[in-house]
Amino acid sequence: MAEPLLKVNGLKKYFPIKSGFFGRTTGSVKAVNDVSFEIYEGQTLGIVGESGCGKSTTGRAIMRLLEPTDGEVIFEGKSITKMTSSEMRKARRDIQMVFQDPYASLNPRHNVQKILEEPLKVHNIGTPEERKEKVAKLLEIVGLSSYHASRYPHQFSGGQRQRIGIARALMTNPKLIIADEPVSALDVSIQAQVLNLMSDLQDELKLTYIFIAHDLGVVRHISDRVAVMYLGKIVEIADSEMLYENPMHPYTQALLTAVPVPDPDFVRKESLIKGDIPSPANPPTGCAFHTRCPYKMDICSQQTPEIVEYEIGHSVACHLHSDRNNDNKD
Amino acid sequence: MTSMLPKVEVEKQAQARSPFQDGFKSFRKNKIAVIGTIIVAFFVFLAVFGPWIAPQGVNEQNFKLKLLSPSASHWFGTDDFGRDIFSRVILGARLSLAVGFFSVIISIIVGSILGIIAGYYGRWVDTIISRIFDIILAFPSILLAIAIVTVLGPSLRNALIAIAIVNVPNFGRLIRSKVLSIKEEEYITAAKAIGMKDSRILFTHVLPNSMTPIIVQGTLAIATAIIEAAALGFLGLGARAPDPEWGKMLSDARIYLVNAPWTMIFPGLAIMLTVLGFNLMGDGLRDAFDPKMKS
Repeated sequence: MAEPLLKVNGLKKYFPIKSGFFGRTTGSVKAVNDVSFEIYEGQTLGIVGESGCGKSTTGRAIMRLLEPTDGEVIFEGKSITKMTSSEMRKARRDIQMVFQDPYASLNPRHNVQKILEEPLKVHNIGTPEERKEKVAKLLEIVGLSSYHASRYPHQFSGGQRQRIGIARALMTNPKLIIADEPVSALDVSIQAQVLNLMSDLQDELKLTYIFIAHDLGVVRHISDRVAVMYLGKIVEIADSEMLYENPMHPYTQALLTAVPVPDPDFVRKESLIKGDIPSPANPPTGCAFHTRCPYKMDICSQQTPEIVEYEIGHSVACHLHSDRNNDNKD
Repeated sequence: MTSMLPKVEVEKQAQARSPFQDGFKSFRKNKIAVIGTIIVAFFVFLAVFGPWIAPQGVNEQNFKLKLLSPSASHWFGTDDFGRDIFSRVILGARLSLAVGFFSVIISIIVGSILGIIAGYYGRWVDTIISRIFDIILAFPSILLAIAIVTVLGPSLRNALIAIAIVNVPNFGRLIRSKVLSIKEEEYITAAKAIGMKDSRILFTHVLPNSMTPIIVQGTLAIATAIIEAAALGFLGLGARAPDPEWGKMLSDARIYLVNAPWTMIFPGLAIMLTVLGFNLMGDGLRDAFDPKMKS
């Protein structure tokens, strides 16, 4: 296979916990703890997990909006993590982001024209007329009209604003778009519209997406590969179909039972997992999931499971399967 | 289908209105704020055109006419030098408003720079700047102003500088807190994600979004600054002898309080009205712009 567009190696982001009068560092929140994956051009990688599992932090660390604590991000063969901050700013032309909250991600004082022009101005692309044309063109592409350019964000609905956010991300013709829960703040009916828009754009413009969401149902619709995160680690990563047909990690299984089914007579099995996600400041020893896992074994609280590829394109970090694997070998 | 037509029409009419325009519209609907604005506009008018309106010069003395009570020829009466109080009050508007405006503008500029640096860069810079603000705020403002004027020497210009210094922490803190909250907004992250430089983010995103509370606070601060200037004038630390500064006029008039109360009433009324005007206007601005920007 060709070189991946983006390769993430052992990415870590720890947030220091400061306390006391002098703000001494007394510990750290391991928001992203050793995450690795790769994406090929034109693909979509979905990242799912509960709130606080580090999926958004992963997205931001890749763009270095948050400086990674450790690890390497390689984009088109170049290491992003080694760039100086001014090189990084230039590289952002090729990596853009769509944000979760369409109400907060647009400056309320700027009209749409100004919001959309901004990336072009920052990177010195085109003359004022060309920029104006491009704004009008992209507004049409995302399903708005060119006369919307003179309006202000508060005059749009959430779905429309998210379209503006998407248009902004597309202004510089990026190769990779990191979409951080782009539809979680929208009504279900609008979600579908925006998702369809995003996949149409992907086909048209050969985009690569990292699609972050907390809803496996949404991710299924758009992803080629899906990574499931729990407490800062990827517990399972697989091609979309494999993951939905044959979830191997108990956490993934639990998440899948929670996906709504469009059938009123459907009786849901009782959820496999109970309780809340443990604090990432003080994660459980061994497998982070063992406190909530229905199949917990002795080894789980002692040894952290490695992520292992069990079939081509399907990797899991779980002792259940390492046993199975060993059995098979014997 | 027919019912759809007017709806489209309305949509077209809803052309670009910025949040600022929306705020201005609600400001105009607020009667009290409009009254305040009219009062302020009136005094600004006096300040600008005073020399052409005033029936007499500031220092035209006529000892034959001293301490006359208000009459048709001297609407506000005359003072102990026989000067027309009406004219002096009108001409004093320029001094008081100038002190108010310029001291506040200086405070806003200095305060904004310090506040933005503290808020955006944080860490030890923030600690140092914030502690300096705390120290300045620890003194009662008029006391600190007196101390500063004493060091610089009493004059209207030095009073203006003193008042400006005293007000810096108010604006500094306001901007700092505003910057701290705006810094966390997602559109700042979005600007970073685009590849914008920090300095550019400050000027295109952070600063314009912190402007409204500054305008509101600034208007209210002008009122306080005018009072403080008058207080310094009253204490003999502001305007010097012949200047028709309202505070100074009050102080000169206090020995005639019983015999010639008009020497005191009219400058006092002028101070009160101006301050009231700025306060009403400031409150109106706050109601219109500050209660959370329209999202």
